[in-house]
Amino acid sequence: MTRSVRVAEPIAVGAVSPAGPVTAGRPAGSNPLRDTLLVFSRAIGISVRNPVWLVMGAAQPLLYIFLFGPLLVKFADMPGFPPGNAWQVFVPAILVLLGLFGGAFAGFGLISEWRDGVVDRMRVTPMSRFALLFGRVLRDVAVLLVQAVLLVLAGVLMGLRAPIGGVIVAILIVAVMGVTMSSGGYAVALKVKSEDALAPLVNGIMVPLMLLAGVMLPITKGLAPDWLYYLSRCNPVVYVVEACRAAFLGDFASHQFWIGLAVAVALATVCVAWASRVFTRLSR
Amino acid sequence: MTTSEPVGSMIHVRGLAKTYTGRKEPVHAVRGVDLDVTAGEIVGFLGPNGAGKTTTLQMLTTLLEPTSGEARVAGHDLRTDPAGVRRSIGYVAQGGSAGSDARVGEEMLYQGRFYGLTRPEAQRRTDELLERLDLGGLAGRDVKTLSGGQKRRLDIALGLVHSPALVFLDEPTTGLDPQSRSNMWGHIAGLRTRAGTTVFITTHYLDEADALCDRVLVIDDGRIIATGTPDELKRQVSGDLVALGVTGDPGEVLVLARRLPGATEPAVEPAPAAGLASAGGAGASRVTFRVPDGERVVISLLHDLESAGVALTGVSVHRPTLDDVFLTLTGRTLREEAA
Repeated sequence: MTRSVRVAEPIAVGAVSPAGPVTAGRPAGSNPLRDTLLVFSRAIGISVRNPVWLVMGAAQPLLYIFLFGPLLVKFADMPGFPPGNAWQVFVPAILVLLGLFGGAFAGFGLISEWRDGVVDRMRVTPMSRFALLFGRVLRDVAVLLVQAVLLVLAGVLMGLRAPIGGVIVAILIVAVMGVTMSSGGYAVALKVKSEDALAPLVNGIMVPLMLLAGVMLPITKGLAPDWLYYLSRCNPVVYVVEACRAAFLGDFASHQFWIGLAVAVALATVCVAWASRVFTRLSR
Repeated sequence: MTTSEPVGSMIHVRGLAKTYTGRKEPVHAVRGVDLDVTAGEIVGFLGPNGAGKTTTLQMLTTLLEPTSGEARVAGHDLRTDPAGVRRSIGYVAQGGSAGSDARVGEEMLYQGRFYGLTRPEAQRRTDELLERLDLGGLAGRDVKTLSGGQKRRLDIALGLVHSPALVFLDEPTTGLDPQSRSNMWGHIAGLRTRAGTTVFITTHYLDEADALCDRVLVIDDGRIIATGTPDELKRQVSGDLVALGVTGDPGEVLVLARRLPGATEPAVEPAPAAGLASAGGAGASRVTFRVPDGERVVISLLHDLESAGVALTGVSVHRPTLDDVFLTLTGRTLREEAA
C-alpha cells in the first residue's frame, strides 16, 4: 500500500495549535500518563461491573490445580523432574498458563468494543495512541493479578509451600507475560475483527505454545525425547516458565531466572510496540 | 500546504484520495475529492452505499490515512497536526459509538475527560447534553438497555461533549423510525442555531439532505459529481413534473403543454396505471411533462384548458427530489444502490 501521507502519528505530544477553533479545557493528548489512566479506569469500571470474565478466566487454571496437580506429587521424585516439590513446579507453570490465555482472550472483548464503535470513537479523541492500547492492557494485567493471587491461594490449599518473595516475583513476571499476550491479542483482534476468526487462531497458537512450554509436565532432558526437548527450547514461553519456577524456589541467582525474565521483557516490548502501531494505523 | 485556504473555511480539501491494495488490482475508494465547507454551514454528503462517503469522512476525522491529497480541517493540517484536528472536531460514526456494557452517564463523563475537560466540566456538559438530547434521567442506565433512537442521540451527545466547532455525522438517522428521524433532524438543525456549529452530514436519504442542508455534495464512485444548494441541484433536473388526468382526447392537452416555455418530456399514458384519473372512467389518460416553475405555469394552463373545453380529472405538480437529481447525474437511482 502506498503511504505517501501520514495522518495518524503516534502520540502528538504537546502539539497544541494556537489557532484552533473552540477547544475545550486543557489540551488532551499531551499527557500520555493521564490518558492511560483514563482508559484504564473506564475499562476496569466495566470489568468490575461484569465480573463474569474474571471468574471464567480463572476457572480453567483452578481446575488444573485441583484436578491435575495432585497427580504430579509422586512424579516429583522421578529422575529428570526439576528441583522442588510438585507444587513448586506446577503452580508457577499454571500462572504462566493463566497469563497466556487470559491475555489472549482479551482480544475478544476488544472486538466487541470495536463493533460498538468505541475503539474508533476513542481514536478520534486527541488522546495518546499509546494510551488507547496501554490503558486496556493495564486493565487486563490488573484482572490477571487478582486471578494469580487466587491461583496461588488454591495452590497453598493443596499443599504449596514457597518463599513469599519468590511467589511475588513470579506473579510479576506473569504480569509482564500478560502485557505481551494482551497487547498481542489486541493487535491480532484488530487485524481479524471477528470472533469467529480469532477463536481458532488463539487456540491454534496457544495450545502448542502451552504444551511446548512444559506447563503440564516439565519438558526436561531426563523426561522428554531429544527432539521434543530441543523443539521446546525454540518456544520462548518455556524460558518464562523456568524463570517462574526458579522464583518459586527463591533461586534468583540461577541463569534460568534471568534468562526467563529477559525473554518476558523482550516479548512484552515487541508486542506492545506492534500493537501500538496497529492501534495507530488501524484502517477500515 | 500548497493550496491557500479561504477565509472562514472549516474544511478545505484538495485531491484527497484513498486507494486500497486489492487482491487483483488497486481499489480506488476515493479518487481525488476537492471540497470546501464554510464555518456555520450544514453540508450534506450524499451518495449511494460504497460511493466513498464513509471513507472520506474517516480520512477527514484522522481515522484513515489518505493515499494522497491535502486537507485542512477546523484550521489544522490533517497531515502535520492530526491531534489539533481531533481536538476541534466531533465525530459520530455510522454504527454508533457507546460501549454496550457501559453506563450512559459514565460514558459521557469519560468522553469529556478524554477531551481534556476537568471532572466538574465533564459533569456539567454531561448533564446539559443528556437533558438537551432528551436523555435526562437515563445517566444510570446501561447503554444496551436504550432504544435505537435513544442510543443514536447518545452517540450525538458523545460527539458534542467538548463543544466542537465542527461535527461530522455519518448517517445519523439510518435505521430510525420516522418519528425518531424527524426528532433527530430537529436536534441536528439545533446545533447551528444554538452554537453556530458547522455540520458535515453524510446520508443516503434525499429528504434528509433536503430538509437539513444548506448545500449538498453528491459523491459517486469516489468522485464528487455535483455540488450546490438542494434547490440548485433540483434545477438541474429540467423543471417540475406536471401530471394531468384527462377524460377526452389527450392530444389537445399535449399541444397546449408543448407551447409552455421550457416544457420537456411530454408523454401520454393510459390512466388505469396512473391513479390520478379515478373519476375518468374508460378512455381516460394521463399526460405528463416537465416544466420550470410548474406550480405557477399550471394555473394559466388550467385556464386555457378550460376555455378549450378539455375535461380534467386531476392535476398534480411534483417538485424534483434529489433522487431525480441523482438519477439525472448518474443514470441510476439511489434506492437501487442502497438496496
